[in-house]
Parts: sequence; C-alpha cells; structure tokens
Amino acid sequence: MPIPTPFHSRQLPLVTSQEWREWSGYLAPITYGPSYEYEYYAIRNAAALIDVSPLFKYEISGSDATRLANRIFTRNIEELNIGQIGYTPWCDDHGKVIDDGTVWRLEENRYRVTAADPNLRWFQDVGYAMDVEVHDVSTQYAALALQGPQARNILMQLDQGAPLKSLPYYQLTYGETRRFPFTITRTGYTGDLGYELWVEAQHAECLWDQLMGIGQDYGLTPAGLAALDMARVEAGLLLIEVDYISANTALIDSQLSSPYELGLSWTVDLDGGEFIGKQALITEKRKGSDWTFVGLEFEWLELESIFKAVDLPPQVAGRANRDPIPIYKWGEQIGQVTSRVFSPIQKKYIGLGTVETGTAKLGEMVDVEVTVEYSRQRIRAKLVKPQFFSPKRKRAVLDD
Amino acid sequence: MNAYDVIIIGGGHNGLTTAAYLAKAGRKILVLERRSLLGGAAATEELFPDFHFNTGSSHAGLLLPQVVDDLQLQRHGLEFLDSPVAAYAPQPDGRALTLWRDSNQNPVEIAQFSQNDAEAYPQFLRLVNKLTRVLRNILPLTPPNPKAASLSDLFPWLRPALQAKGLGDEDLMEFMRIIPMTTKELLDEWFESDALKGLLGLPSVAGSMQGPQASGTAFMLLYQQLGVSNAGLQSSRFVKGGVGQVSAALAKAAQAHSAEIRIDVPVAEIIIEDGQAVGIRLEDGEVIKAKAIVSNASPRHTFFELASPSHLPVKIMRRVRNIRYRGSTAKVLLALNDLPLFNSAPPSLEHLSGHIVIASSLDLIERAYDDAKYGRISQSPVMDITIPSILDDTLSPAGKHIMEITFRYAPYNLSTNNWDKQKDELGKLAIDTLAAYAPDIKDLILHQYVITPQDYESDYGQPEGSIFHGQMGLDQLLFMRPIAGYAQYRSPIHNLYLCGAGTHPGGGLTSAPGFNAAREILRKRK
Repeated sequence: MPIPTPFHSRQLPLVTSQEWREWSGYLAPITYGPSYEYEYYAIRNAAALIDVSPLFKYEISGSDATRLANRIFTRNIEELNIGQIGYTPWCDDHGKVIDDGTVWRLEENRYRVTAADPNLRWFQDVGYAMDVEVHDVSTQYAALALQGPQARNILMQLDQGAPLKSLPYYQLTYGETRRFPFTITRTGYTGDLGYELWVEAQHAECLWDQLMGIGQDYGLTPAGLAALDMARVEAGLLLIEVDYISANTALIDSQLSSPYELGLSWTVDLDGGEFIGKQALITEKRKGSDWTFVGLEFEWLELESIFKAVDLPPQVAGRANRDPIPIYKWGEQIGQVTSRVFSPIQKKYIGLGTVETGTAKLGEMVDVEVTVEYSRQRIRAKLVKPQFFSPKRKRAVLDD
Repeated sequence: MNAYDVIIIGGGHNGLTTAAYLAKAGRKILVLERRSLLGGAAATEELFPDFHFNTGSSHAGLLLPQVVDDLQLQRHGLEFLDSPVAAYAPQPDGRALTLWRDSNQNPVEIAQFSQNDAEAYPQFLRLVNKLTRVLRNILPLTPPNPKAASLSDLFPWLRPALQAKGLGDEDLMEFMRIIPMTTKELLDEWFESDALKGLLGLPSVAGSMQGPQASGTAFMLLYQQLGVSNAGLQSSRFVKGGVGQVSAALAKAAQAHSAEIRIDVPVAEIIIEDGQAVGIRLEDGEVIKAKAIVSNASPRHTFFELASPSHLPVKIMRRVRNIRYRGSTAKVLLALNDLPLFNSAPPSLEHLSGHIVIASSLDLIERAYDDAKYGRISQSPVMDITIPSILDDTLSPAGKHIMEITFRYAPYNLSTNNWDKQKDELGKLAIDTLAAYAPDIKDLILHQYVITPQDYESDYGQPEGSIFHGQMGLDQLLFMRPIAGYAQYRSPIHNLYLCGAGTHPGGGLTSAPGFNAAREILRKRK
C-alpha cells in the first residue's frame, strides 16, 4: 500500500478523477480533475502545483563532502558555486548510468541531492572511510513544484522578500512566510519557468494552502503525473526505467546506458574530478558510443492515412505513452521510441528514443511502428534534437 | 628512473620470502619494515633481558620444504629442532595423554583412555595423511580466477586434481564430505575419548573466532596438520634461536641476492597515479618509487589505509570491507625460574618439549567459545602451551625457561570493558587455569607479558587481532582469498600486489603466500 505524502490531506478532496498511482512508495495523483489536458495547459499557460515529495533526497556533509560529490557525480562539482545547482547523472564503475538528479551546493561542504531511486547505500559506500556523512532526508522535506509562466508572480506574493527576479535558472535561494522557512530552487521537470519549494514536512499543508490561496488570481491548478509526463517529454527530459534502465536494475549488458548514450555529454566533465566510471567514459568517448539519444517527430499525414484506411481518425498517445516501439531504417530495426506523446503546444506527435549510433542522422527520416486496429504498420518520422519546447522564460532573469 | 624494481611493504616472513625469490630472480628489491625487528608474526623478541620469546607463531612445522631448499635457508642459519613429543595433554583427573612423533607409540598411550580409539587412531592417521597430501600440493599454487581462468592458469592444478582423483572414488568422496564438516562431527565419527578429541580438535580452531562445532573446522584440522610428519598432529617443529630465525634466514637469503632491507620505516601511503601504484611515501615524508609495490600487510590495511577505498571500484571495496577478521588469540608469555611440575607428573622432560594442550574435551573448547561469542574472555580457557627453551638453551638463561601460552578465546570485541583493562585479567585467567594442572607455576614466574588481540592489531598489523589476516573460513579460502576475483596476488590497483597471510593459502608460518606472490609477480613482469 502506498503511503500518503505530506500534502495528501489537501489532495484528497481535489482528486475527483480518483486516478492515483504509486510513486516511490507514495500515493500520487495521476490527474486531479477529469482532464489531464487542463492540468497540462496550466503548466504551459498559467501555473501548476505538482507534489514531488516522493523524490529521494539526500544530504551530504563533512569535510570530504566535495570530494565525495566529485567522486559520485560526472559533473565537476568544484565548479558549482554555493547556491548553485547542477543536473547530473551518476555512474557505476563501467560508466553506466545508475540514476540522475540534481546536486545543490548548500555550503562549501554541504550538498543536497535529489534522486529518482534509492541511493543511500551507494553514496555511503562510495564515501567509505571519508570524513563525510550521507543522510536520507526524503521524509524530512515535502516538495512542491510550482511550474508555469505565472510561477514567479505567485511566488513573489508568497514571499515578497525573496530575490526571485534575479534568481537564475538552477540556483537556489531561501524564502519564508510568517510561519516557516523554505528553500526555493529554480528547477523543475517541465522545461518551463518554474520553481521547486522544499519545506519541513510538518509545514507542507500550510505551504499548499497559502500557494493555492494566492494562486487563485493566477489560474494556479494542481497537476498530476499525467500532465507532468507530457511536459517532460516536450522538454526532452529523461525518465528512469522508461527512457533508460538504471545500472542497478539492468538484467543484461545491452540494457545499460552511458551518459553519452543519453544525450548527457554536457554533464560529463572528463577534466574534472575522478568520478566513478570516468575511465570507462574516456574510453567510450574515444571509441564512440553504441547508442544515441534522439527526438522524433511522427509524420502526421502518414499517420492520418493509415488510420483512414480502416475508416478511423488518427489515434495518438494523449497522455505520454511509455510502451516502447521499434524504429526502423531500410527495414532494419535501428532503435526504439521509449516515450511518446501528442504535444498539445507543438501540435505534433513527438517521441524520445535511442538509435544505434551512425545509423541515422538528425534531420533524416526513419520508420516507426504504429499499431492500427491490431495491425502493425510503419510510418515515417523525422529524427530531431530531443527537445521540443524550451521557452525563453525558462531561463530568463528579470531586471529589478 | 626507479631505483627499485619492487618495494615490499612489511618484513614479515611472507614479505621476506617474496623479497628473496624476486631478488634471486635478479630484481632490485627494497623491503620496508615498520618495526625495529623483522619477522612480523614470525618473530622472536627479547622481551626481558636474556629471555627470548616467540611473540607470534611458536613453531615452524608448516614451512614449505621447497622454500627452505630453494633459498638455502639452512645455509643462512636456519636449524630445526623437532620435539619427540607432539602433544602432551594433562587431564583434570590427574592423568595425561601423550602423543609422540613416532606414531607407533601412540596406540599404547591412547589405550589408557579408550581401547577402541587406540585401534581407530592408526586408520584415522592414514586418512588424514592421504587428505593432507592433496592439500599440501595446493599450497604452492595460485588459485585460478573462476571468471577468467586460462588454460595455463589451470595447468598447475592438474597435479593435485589427479592426485585427488588418485585417492580413489571413495576417499575423494570422503575428502569432499569432510571439508565442510565440523571438527566435532568428524572426531565423533572416529573416537570416543574426550581427552583425545580435545587434543586433536584444539588446533582446528586456532586463529578462528569459531568453536569446534562450526562448519569448516574439519578443514582447518587438516590444514594444521600439513606439517612435516608429525603423527597426524599439529607440528612440534621448533627453530633454534626461536621462530624469528626463520625470518632472519629469509632476510639473509634476500640480502645475499642484493635485496635491501630497512627497519623502523613505517610506510604511510602507497602512491597511486592514474590507477597505478608507482611508489610509497614513508611516515617521515620520504618518497620512494618502484615499478611494483608488494604489500605484506593485511588486505584491510593495504587497501583502506595505505591506499584509499576510493581507489577501488565500490563493488570490490565492499568485498574487501566484508572480509571477516575477528581475532580471538591472546598470548601469555612467561619467564620462569624453573620448569613447572605437573600433577600428572611426566616421567621425563621430553613430555613438555612439544605442545602442552589444556583442552580436555571438545565441549570445553566449545564452551570457551560460547563466552567469546558474546564478547567475553573465555572463563575456562583452552590453551596451547610450549616451552621452547627445553630444546633450545639459547632462549633463556641457564636453568631458566620461557613459556608461551596461546590463549583461546580472547575476542577482539569485548562486550564490556576494553582490552587495556582486561589485559591483566587475561594473564591471571591463563595462570590460574594452568595452576590447576601445575600448581607451582605461580611461584616460578619471573616476568609476565600479555599480548591481546588489540596488541596484535596495533603492534603487529593484524586487523582485529586476526593472526591469519582474515579468518580461514570456507568462504575465505582458495579463489575467495582475500576476495573473489583477486586471489592471484594481484589487486585492482595496477602494479600493487599482495603477498601476506590474507592471500591463498592463508595464515601460519608457511611462506606459501610469499612464494606464490613472487611467482605471479615474475610472471607479470616478463
């Protein structure tokens, strides 16, 4: 039985859809109301409130904290300033991705880490015999993602003192209400302007109430995982166990992925610390990777025509679909689409996937499988950069 | 340019063996010993003026004959002294069981306790000798890596394999059956006399934090009887001048081939660059480089203190961390004004010249272990005592003697109190226990010196006082010693090798780990 998050009492009356799912052991709404699209549009056009408390959260501290962080993460942690946040994967000894998340430098030698999967034992064992403490603070903090073009305006009402206008993307600051302090990170899983708010779990409901109160004037809508999933595919953000399989759970070698194979070369600093997997990644960089992470745009007219052949309108994954489908070129399978969704804002049927390196270039056409009335068919799709939506507001800093 | 081909960290007998073989093969060798004397746990120390004690191993019967010959140790001053008596076991009822090196005398001795056992004993001995012959041949071999063994790695194993096959189907099955057995089960199958079983069973728990009812102790019973012909018992082969003379002879053999040996030079760190060991840094800051580094230290000290855990892949680090040490051995060393008189009044000095065993039954050993299991010093300890000065007058002043008591069990982790406070208590327990058999002992003591598991850790580099650098349980032997995947004396760090008791075949004064390591290093460097 999944357990409630600290926001559960507030979510319960709102989840009229009765659609819940389990997320890392917690009960999480898939949608609140009858329409996930309404919640999706809140993310893109107004603001949405998403409970992300089930994320795993860790704190690393002690005189060797930076040393440990640099050993774990592929990014050069030395380059993170205090208050800065880095998105990064972390690898096993063979350079295969275990998980990905954010690392916040809170102090010279104190870090917060978010992760999709449990990582306490790994972090502690990597730090074995170092002067460092790793604590799981997952239940200590509740977390709300406030995402969308109005997110800043709402947050400025909550705490008029916080330097939100000047807070850059992937930086953190501290806020407070009259009743409790909280941490603000300019991060999110939607590819939009947005923040994540981290608060001691006991203040969770109060934070929710205040935000919902302020948000009324801004169209703030609680959003579930269905809307979040659509937004993250548009933004080209990876989902563990969907777009890649963790080295911890892979059953066979071919299920493993390196950061290079997931389009994360920008997070790998081979000139930085001696992170775990570095030697393997140096070798991979020299020899080339087996797989390449890509975006796909399905050819809409072809999709229409194969459905029209059986007198049906085109059927697409409205909510993001996580069942992989094959990608072909010249009749040979060269990869798979791992996530796909009809992008309401792009009005395109899009996907994220991997192809064998060298088989197809960006801009080229490939074939993807579409099932029409139990019959497997193929239509063309264009390989594109795996990021379909990245508005300027996501990173923009305002003048005071 | 490196001044040395190989630096060996630690001048224990295995480190010196490796040094001697590598030097003999023309390598330029530097041995660095932290203490001011060589030998590690194969050392003889003058703890009190003119009284020389074996502080670690007390006998040398397991030493590979091949090493003695190859390195001409006898030419370098090694002289063995064989006691005619293998073991003398005084009993609480005033009787005593003596087993002689000449096994023909033993049925008569055993018959005083059990006629059945007297008849079974020669057959038991034949079996033990057959099985130990197979074991003996695997000591000087490198365990294959089950994950990546090549034909040439397996070839040397052909001989013991054929030999095991040569045992015949029945004996081979018996061999396989016995290895995971408990000492108690094995001895109960053969014998009925508690005295005999206690005497035979005590060596099987030497150095281990387990009692004779633990699986795998039957294997250790065989291991401890690998020594040169000794009536199916643990060796009673001593060394003139003390066991430290083995180390001295090894050192001379190494020096004869131009190896350089320095004492009083604690190594602080193994210098590792790009995943390769390139040299060492001494505690005084001096840096010495070499093409290869060999560590005679335990796996824990080598990988976690001399190197750092972060030099190992996490999976490997976990395996190294999981090595069980769990020391349980203490020594009580006594300088005596004269030989003690035992209640069981042996007719001659000879009786006391081998092992004196205070373990009148397997149950007594198991109960002694019960205390240790819960973090207490055994209140009724079992003891293996030697008086090497009977055969060797160079160890003590004329007419006076040294007595070395190996005390079981002294658990490294005490549930209450610490070793500093329990040290005297342990000495008193040992002497009180002995006094029940030799009442005059208390009046004869000139000096007393106690070595606790904590001392073995801090002074002798044996983690948790584990005299074998890791318990010799079935899961920590052969290709799993020190850890699975790295039983070939190599380590996950390039050019860093291990040669100590933490590697195959394990602890004891065998020289086998050092011998095997040298062969592997030479093979690599071709």
